[in-house]
Amino acid sequence: MAEYAKPIPYPSPETQPFWDACKRHELLLPYCPTCADFFFYPRQFCPRCFSWEIEWRRCSGKGTLYTFAIQMRPQTMGFTPPYVTAIVQLEEGPRLMTNLVGVEPMPENIRCDMPVEVVWEDVTDDVTLPMFKPAGV
Amino acid sequence: MSLKNKVAIVGADETDDIGIVPNMTPIMMHAQAARNALRDAGIDKSEVDGVFTAGAGMMASTQLCEYLGIIPRYTDCTMTGGSSFVIHVEHAAAAIAAGLCNVALITHGETGFSGRNRRGPRGGGFAFDTTMPATQFEVPFGVGGAPSTYSMAAMRHMHEYGTTSEQLAEVAVATRKWAQLNPRAFMRDDLTIDDVLASRWVSYPFHIFDCCLVTDAGGAVVVVGADRARAMKKKPVWVLGSGEASTHQSLLGMDDVTRTPARYSGKAAFDMAGVTHADIDVVEVYDSFTYTAMVTLEELGFCAKGEGGPFVSKQRTAPGGAFPMNTNGGGLSYTHPGMYGMFILIEAVRQLRGECGARQVAGAKLALVNATGGMLSATGTLILGGD
Repeated sequence: MAEYAKPIPYPSPETQPFWDACKRHELLLPYCPTCADFFFYPRQFCPRCFSWEIEWRRCSGKGTLYTFAIQMRPQTMGFTPPYVTAIVQLEEGPRLMTNLVGVEPMPENIRCDMPVEVVWEDVTDDVTLPMFKPAGV
Repeated sequence: MSLKNKVAIVGADETDDIGIVPNMTPIMMHAQAARNALRDAGIDKSEVDGVFTAGAGMMASTQLCEYLGIIPRYTDCTMTGGSSFVIHVEHAAAAIAAGLCNVALITHGETGFSGRNRRGPRGGGFAFDTTMPATQFEVPFGVGGAPSTYSMAAMRHMHEYGTTSEQLAEVAVATRKWAQLNPRAFMRDDLTIDDVLASRWVSYPFHIFDCCLVTDAGGAVVVVGADRARAMKKKPVWVLGSGEASTHQSLLGMDDVTRTPARYSGKAAFDMAGVTHADIDVVEVYDSFTYTAMVTLEELGFCAKGEGGPFVSKQRTAPGGAFPMNTNGGGLSYTHPGMYGMFILIEAVRQLRGECGARQVAGAKLALVNATGGMLSATGTLILGGD
């Protein structure tokens, strides 16, 4: 896997738990007990109420496709079009940017609000990315 | 204290050449545009004591002031992408009204086209700083430039409101018709809705003709206080209302990706100016994509939320239509070097001065300018009035 050509994330201290969990194939997101709600991307504090008492909670990996686009030109290095960029709304509330995989990247195959579920892509020895596919496929 | 009528734009111009200009660097364009705008105003460089800019390196205002040979009393390099230069007008108005400077110069210069082939290190944008959120949570998924994100916003709008590719194409076609009236426009060939729909995809749901140009261009404007403005050789263009707003950086920061901060900056500008939508004679908004212009009209309140598609249909925004918009030919067909807001502003000034020749909107007295920067992130709105 050493020749993975696409950009990889470089975890920062506040995001390390998220990426460590991805390695374990767990979707672990930051949660604010004061607001009783998740937020994303990870920070050391809640961007709503500015509480610095936050928790990490495991999410199911199920959600819906909030929106998407089919990229016909590479937008970052290493990508071969066509590919689907997507924003997934998790059933617990927060949204992630990701790729929709497991489906031919054709407009007729993809619609907003379709159910999706996480699929783990171990792209290097150190990095696992959460991607999503149509639920039940 | 309101900024209404406190300042006027008294100089506005572009680089001698725009389009493909391989013999100029970005900072050369800043300087040439500054010379042309000061000449347009009839003000000597030695009088400039406020400098507002973005894009000339990380310390844009100090770099530009050194390059131009200006020791300013006031500088501002607020960087909100393509909306920077419209927001700079409000900042200049505030500085002048507070007595912190008298002659404000706002400059822009970019080589979006020719810079792609320039030697030396590349990148340096926010998306390539590995400590920034987007580098971890967007770039690894092939999300990068504006086409990859605005397309996702547009897709949700189409899903929620039934907006169609044909409706987006209406904007491209109407804007091209304005460009055909402008000899400086980059794209002037005939364009039909069928042409747009048959063109190749860049980022579905965007065809290539839904996307702005990538060109080289620079522009500058000069802003002074009311007393000075009345004594200028050309008719001043008054700042009647202004507003700025930013709501997020990434689409992940938006509760609803079909909105934009124009709803805030627009309301602020209308409130300050004390005019209504029906009073506006000409509208200049940022068309990074057909979608951007359409959704901005909704957010500014020219139509109800979700009704931008029907609103722009039947060539409403074209020459001769009921709603003249993007009269220079827009970022879609006139020029778009990267941060296009400066050119929206210059076109509004030219319309209010009556300098636009074949594309002149007859009797234009009030113009609305709105520029969008980033990923629908930050907008500036101005309501400008002719003398």
